[in-house]
Amino acid sequence: MDIHEYQAKDVLSNFGVTIAPGALAYSPEQAAYRARELGGDSWVVKAQVHAGGRGKAGGVKLCQSDQEIQAACEDMFGKKLVTHQTGPQGKGIYRVYVEAAVPIEREIYLGLVLDRSSQRVMIVASKEGGMEIEDISVEKPDSIVRSTVEPAVGLQEFQAREISFALGIEPPLVQQMVRTLKGCYRAFRDLDATMVEINPLVITGDGRILALDAKMTFDDNALFRHPQISELRDKSQEDPRESRAADRGLSYVGLDGNIGCIVNGAGLAMATMDTIKLAGGEPANFLDIGGGATPERVAKAFRLVMSDQNVQAVLVNIFAGINRCDWVAEGVVQALKEVQIDVPVVVRLAGTNVQEGQRILAQSGLPIIRATTLMEAAERAVGAWSNDLKQATRVRAVQ
Amino acid sequence: MSIFINRDTRVIVQGITGRMARFHTKDMLEYGTNVVAGVVPGKGGETVEGVPVFNTVKDAVSETGATASLVFVPPPFAADSIMEAADAGIQYCVCITDGIPAQDMIQVKRYMMRYPKEKRMVLTGPNCAGTISPGKALLGIMPGHIYLQGNVGIVGRSGTLGYEAAAQLKEKGIGVSTSVGIGGDPINGSSFKDILTRFEKDDETHLIAMIGEIGGPQEAEAAAYIRDHISKPVVAYVAGLTAPKGRTMGHAGAIISAFGESASEKVEILNAAGVTVAENPAVIGETIASVMQ
Repeated sequence: MDIHEYQAKDVLSNFGVTIAPGALAYSPEQAAYRARELGGDSWVVKAQVHAGGRGKAGGVKLCQSDQEIQAACEDMFGKKLVTHQTGPQGKGIYRVYVEAAVPIEREIYLGLVLDRSSQRVMIVASKEGGMEIEDISVEKPDSIVRSTVEPAVGLQEFQAREISFALGIEPPLVQQMVRTLKGCYRAFRDLDATMVEINPLVITGDGRILALDAKMTFDDNALFRHPQISELRDKSQEDPRESRAADRGLSYVGLDGNIGCIVNGAGLAMATMDTIKLAGGEPANFLDIGGGATPERVAKAFRLVMSDQNVQAVLVNIFAGINRCDWVAEGVVQALKEVQIDVPVVVRLAGTNVQEGQRILAQSGLPIIRATTLMEAAERAVGAWSNDLKQATRVRAVQ
Repeated sequence: MSIFINRDTRVIVQGITGRMARFHTKDMLEYGTNVVAGVVPGKGGETVEGVPVFNTVKDAVSETGATASLVFVPPPFAADSIMEAADAGIQYCVCITDGIPAQDMIQVKRYMMRYPKEKRMVLTGPNCAGTISPGKALLGIMPGHIYLQGNVGIVGRSGTLGYEAAAQLKEKGIGVSTSVGIGGDPINGSSFKDILTRFEKDDETHLIAMIGEIGGPQEAEAAAYIRDHISKPVVAYVAGLTAPKGRTMGHAGAIISAFGESASEKVEILNAAGVTVAENPAVIGETIASVMQ
């Protein structure tokens, strides 16, 4: 789960990370009022969306008056911000963060991630702050400092000092940097984060180390023990279909194609999408309905897939292990009777009791296109979509 | 031989009184797995499918001499159960549980390191379908009948995609020595490399099938290891060619975040290491059959 910049700053400041004075606003007027409250003569107005690359996309504006703040906000509120991380549809701006502008002397990149090679938490830092870490690793790979944390004892002072000196932090500021690093690690560990990124972490003209931006991602599997973090969820930043799917225990990712997929198992779901592509089609989604392909789950999956207007054919691929094919087939038949579906449906069943499953599909009286292998299923779905009506008998709603 | 389990391996099931665990205990017993005990704190003295239940893994091990464990415990408590097994002297543990917090798994891996290597438990999973040595024993949730006994060692992250591969092999009359699921989580007990090492030493395994997917460094690490240390032929498939960057695809670990993590990069790296890569999931069986000849 992602959270907003202002939320991440609030979380991190509770762990001893220093941030610039700032305040949240829900309207242009409120933003101007917040700026007056903060005082000073220049402020940064930042669109709160769950994505990086906001600056380049016009989501961060330096303002020097009430008017400028209001104007910047008018350009942001209610609009979609499109950055390289949001996809072409962008993410809606409903909140802005107003922050006192600070004189920057140096910018540093700081990130904490779950490193899958060492299977530990890794701190990644670079002198080249302000750039994306992907760009730093391509353009200035030597500037990157890495340090893995021994989970039994946590981040040690010496490690934090080593990182600080490697980043060229002036000796009088090293203690501040150590505090920042340890604070980030404690936040990461105590709150089950999977990513903390401060980019840039800045050194100001007056010798302070401040987190000027902050991003945190949390482990969905650990939210059960952090209700205060779960409350920070902002559904306006999620794809509505994906969050609806998640609420129903299905794993869904919307894509640009037009062949809807309903599959059990994440690996098989990806393999099915690949096969569709190979057969000349484009998958409309990733959808893993999980282990138990019960009729209710299959029906939910059909509703979800059909809520995408681009879907012109549906491919169901179920490898029934413990759930027998006859049971899955009954589920598909029941789902097709409940959900109004006016596009061709291809069903491929494999595994336990496959003959019985095929018989149920054949005898259902529904115009289901059957397939026995994965390749055949993909070819039939693509064939049906390309309006080969001889193959593609349309399934009409049987309410 | 086969790896990890055989007919005689004494198995305990942690969390045996749960609905799913009961079902699979019955299934494993029918397959011929030597399930000797269950463990559920506070339910010692009960029986499930004729199997005695103990309060602690230590009790179960000392009463039955069990050496392998299957964990079905819910996510908040699963890490604790794995550590309990490691401490009680279990040598091989499979964790089926899906949804364990990543930092709990970091703790588990660190905890297991406290035992000297020769006594250290091997963990596969979590979030996997388990391990099967066809005709001998099944430690997991896979349907046993889709596997023929034979000489292909399978290691994969995904459950149902592994079934797909086994079913394609069966279709061609090709059998499996052992199939091991390493699971779809970012922090897992064993990597591809760990399992490849075992297959290399196993006489019964003549060819290794590795079924990977997008995300994480383990396929690329395995490729380097295969190039330098594996003498047996390896056939691979990598799922997720159509997966977009930066989006998690179902498995918590299936997200492309660095070089060498996309399907096409993994295919390239594996090819360069001399691995035969099946171009699509429909030809995994065919590719293995052609390499075997």
